[in-house]
Amino acid sequence: MLKTILAACAGVAAAVACSTAVAATISGAGATFPAPVYAKWAETYTAQSGLLLNYQAIGSGGGIKQIEAKTVDFGASDKPLKPDVLAANGLMQFPTVVGGVVPVVNLPGIAPGGIRLTGAVLADIYRGVRTFWDDPAIKVLNPGARLPHERITVVHRSDGSGTSFLFTSYLALKAPHWAKEVGANDAVSWPAGVGGKGNDGVAAMVKQTPGAIGYVEYAYAKQNHMTYALMQNHAGGWVAPTAENFAAAAAGAKWGAAPGFYLLLLDQPGAKSWPITGATFILMHLKQTNAANAHAVLAFFDWAYKNGAPAAVQLDYVPLPDPVKALVRKSWLKIVGPNGQPVYR
Amino acid sequence: MAVSPTRVARRRIANGFFTAACIAVTVLALAALAAILWSLVSQGLAGMNLAVFTRSTPAPGSSGGLANAIVGSIMLGLVAMAIAVTIGILAGTWLAEYAGMSRYGSAVRFLNDVLLSAPSILVGLFVYEILVAPFRGFSGFAGAVALSLLAAPVITRTTEDVLKLQATALREAGVALGTPPWRVIGRILWRSGASGIITGALLAFARISGETAPLLFTALNNQFFSLDMRGPMANLPVVIYQFALSAYDDWRRLAWAGALIIAASVLGVTIVARVLSTEQKHS
Amino acid sequence: MTAALAAHFPRRRSRPRGARLEPLFEGVCFTAATALLASLGGVVVSLIVGGWPALSRFGFGFLTTSTWDPVKEVYGAAGPIAGTVITSALALIIALPIAGGVAFFLVELCPAFLRRTIGTAVELLAGIPSIVYGMWGLFVFAPFFSQHVELPVMAAAPPGSLMESLTQGIPNGSGLLAASIILAIMILPFMAATLRELLMTVPPQVRESAYGLGATMGEVVMKVTLPYVRRGAIGAVMLGLGRALGETMAVTFIIGNSHAFPKGLFDSGSTIASTIANEFTEATSPLHTASLIALGLVLFAITFTVLALARLMLRNQARL
Repeated sequence: MLKTILAACAGVAAAVACSTAVAATISGAGATFPAPVYAKWAETYTAQSGLLLNYQAIGSGGGIKQIEAKTVDFGASDKPLKPDVLAANGLMQFPTVVGGVVPVVNLPGIAPGGIRLTGAVLADIYRGVRTFWDDPAIKVLNPGARLPHERITVVHRSDGSGTSFLFTSYLALKAPHWAKEVGANDAVSWPAGVGGKGNDGVAAMVKQTPGAIGYVEYAYAKQNHMTYALMQNHAGGWVAPTAENFAAAAAGAKWGAAPGFYLLLLDQPGAKSWPITGATFILMHLKQTNAANAHAVLAFFDWAYKNGAPAAVQLDYVPLPDPVKALVRKSWLKIVGPNGQPVYR
Repeated sequence: MAVSPTRVARRRIANGFFTAACIAVTVLALAALAAILWSLVSQGLAGMNLAVFTRSTPAPGSSGGLANAIVGSIMLGLVAMAIAVTIGILAGTWLAEYAGMSRYGSAVRFLNDVLLSAPSILVGLFVYEILVAPFRGFSGFAGAVALSLLAAPVITRTTEDVLKLQATALREAGVALGTPPWRVIGRILWRSGASGIITGALLAFARISGETAPLLFTALNNQFFSLDMRGPMANLPVVIYQFALSAYDDWRRLAWAGALIIAASVLGVTIVARVLSTEQKHS
Repeated sequence: MTAALAAHFPRRRSRPRGARLEPLFEGVCFTAATALLASLGGVVVSLIVGGWPALSRFGFGFLTTSTWDPVKEVYGAAGPIAGTVITSALALIIALPIAGGVAFFLVELCPAFLRRTIGTAVELLAGIPSIVYGMWGLFVFAPFFSQHVELPVMAAAPPGSLMESLTQGIPNGSGLLAASIILAIMILPFMAATLRELLMTVPPQVRESAYGLGATMGEVVMKVTLPYVRRGAIGAVMLGLGRALGETMAVTFIIGNSHAFPKGLFDSGSTIASTIANEFTEATSPLHTASLIALGLVLFAITFTVLALARLMLRNQARL
């Protein structure tokens, strides 16, 4: 019996080893946030062009490491790399789609949009300084609302994530205390609260704990019908997290003045701009050894810029404004093949 | 109590307690099992249909299935188990029959136990360093090697334990017939210990069948159907990991269906192996 | 029993059929064992190399401080280390008696027609992907645990008592104890299936003679069959402990993931494996990555210590 198994195993190993390649595949890896829309684009694009573009969500950190190690044709990150880091690694980056981070609460009797928060108060809650929902600082912002004397349970992401990076960057921008004591990163030393795994884990913990506050990507807040908070933006208005308001933040940003597209769309000007907005980025090497693969990657994103907007909107992402797309296309000329010529025009 | 019970009665009462406790914990274990199985089956069946087995993983909002991941997982699992069973049985045999009390033997035995508890993500990382980074690309082979590193120690350990429990009389009978040790091992010990060794292999298979972490940095995953073990390979655990925590209902349903498929296949393999091993005992 | 089989053979005198292949077979087996050793060596070496920057930077303080701050790049692993030890120990304490009970039940008590069904069902539990345990823990178990265990216990604990300090934390169903219970459920099938298999290998004469002497079932199990398979039983426990120590996905969902040193059983904590799984894919700074790999090295050290202790205990027992 055992010998039969051993023999069968050896046979299988040999047979599998002999199986050969079917079609060339372009591979990319990185950020989790844009994975659904990249998958959608790849599916449609494959049907039209026959090219297989395999994108896998392994995390932004993974995306950066993999493109540096050249195990993939392109990397992806929710956290843009600073221009000097890009230069040091011979990389370039460009944005693809925009999304927003949404504070969500579980307060019986409060409807979605029924509570207003500012960046400073949000930072105090996450620092563990404001511990009850009827805290004067919160009451002042919500004169009409009936806030219960309920303890605030802070929920944050346990895993490193671009969502946390955007959220903590926003808190650091709006609250000096937060910037000094905690700082901004994809994982920080949280002063208070419990950690949930992924957007889904945060959403579940908020839902199951009365008095909880958390933050999730827009798609999760929308699909789960969660109670979101209105936020005060740079112009002083109270805005709701909607695709329209994310687009407003992206449109108001000065992309042309940002070297290497290093830009966080936090607290942007504009009456409708949602303050915790961010783009997600693709990373590629400036000098390509395989020009054909690089060409295929850029052709894919060129196609997505032209035709991908409806799919993105359907999945609750915000397409880039047209002028930004033009800027990105121009930046692609810097990617050259072994012969020094741009791989894609 | 007024009258102290006799020795027999005391033993009887103690035994009653022991029996009741055994039954109670079994019921408790089965209740936990039932609760988890209920979640798995009810949610898994909701996502199950023919397309799951015939089409590749879709983007959210499109229709599709898990065919690429199922085929990929089967290939990864077969190759990994082929490596692990070969190494595990041979290494376990060496430990039980040849190593004796030697220092090297104890070292291997001890370090094998350490390897048992290696967090799977670190094993994946090690394989990434030796098989992915140097070759500039993710591959199904790297994934299979990572899985086999997780499975082999389990098989080694159970093989050694099972062989050591074989009665010395078996060995002596073989020896008396003038058979060399390797044939005694192959013809007698492996055969009489088959049931235990197979249990070890099944536990190893169960352990690796749902592992996500070691595959994330080795086999990666593939949105499309691929039989090429030299490139990124679709597999169920990574698909489940990515889909289960997504915001889209159609992806979540596929994730549960995938989890059910893994559990059912482990069950199927277990049953087949049990039937085979009992058949052999009878023949 | 441990005497090498080869010792039964006179080396030179007679040469039975196929004897020449003997060295070859032994060599192949030896190579397999060495391959295992080499792969573990490879893992450890890659961990030392990868974790060295963190260890050399923080030194011994890496083990004793509990600040884990990826922004200021200060890493201390005391929190995850404590979480790992506590959850694994609790999981073992919960799972071992249950696994033993299930195995005894299946071998000694169970009607034959049920034996296979229950045995297979228990093994099925081992085949469920760990992410399912995590999601079940988060969505089904946590709300139940919060309502029916954590809140009543916290309300019942007298202020200022040991009970109160043990049960500190946020009662939302996640925390160290909840994670330990999920871990116990996960390692249970491994341990029960192996134990059952071991108990079945006890020669029938041994059990039958014990029963023949008038021993009760409890006595047969505790005094005859269990001691008979002692070595293998410890192996089964180690299998379970190994999985508990290295489990990532399920724990991450329900432990609350705080890097601080845990204050009570209901408090959020983290384990080494869950911290690595949580942060490794997103870590970008070299020191952060190195610290996570160094954590992996610490986990190996813990496993090493536990196993060495188990070995020592076995040796003492053998002398008695």
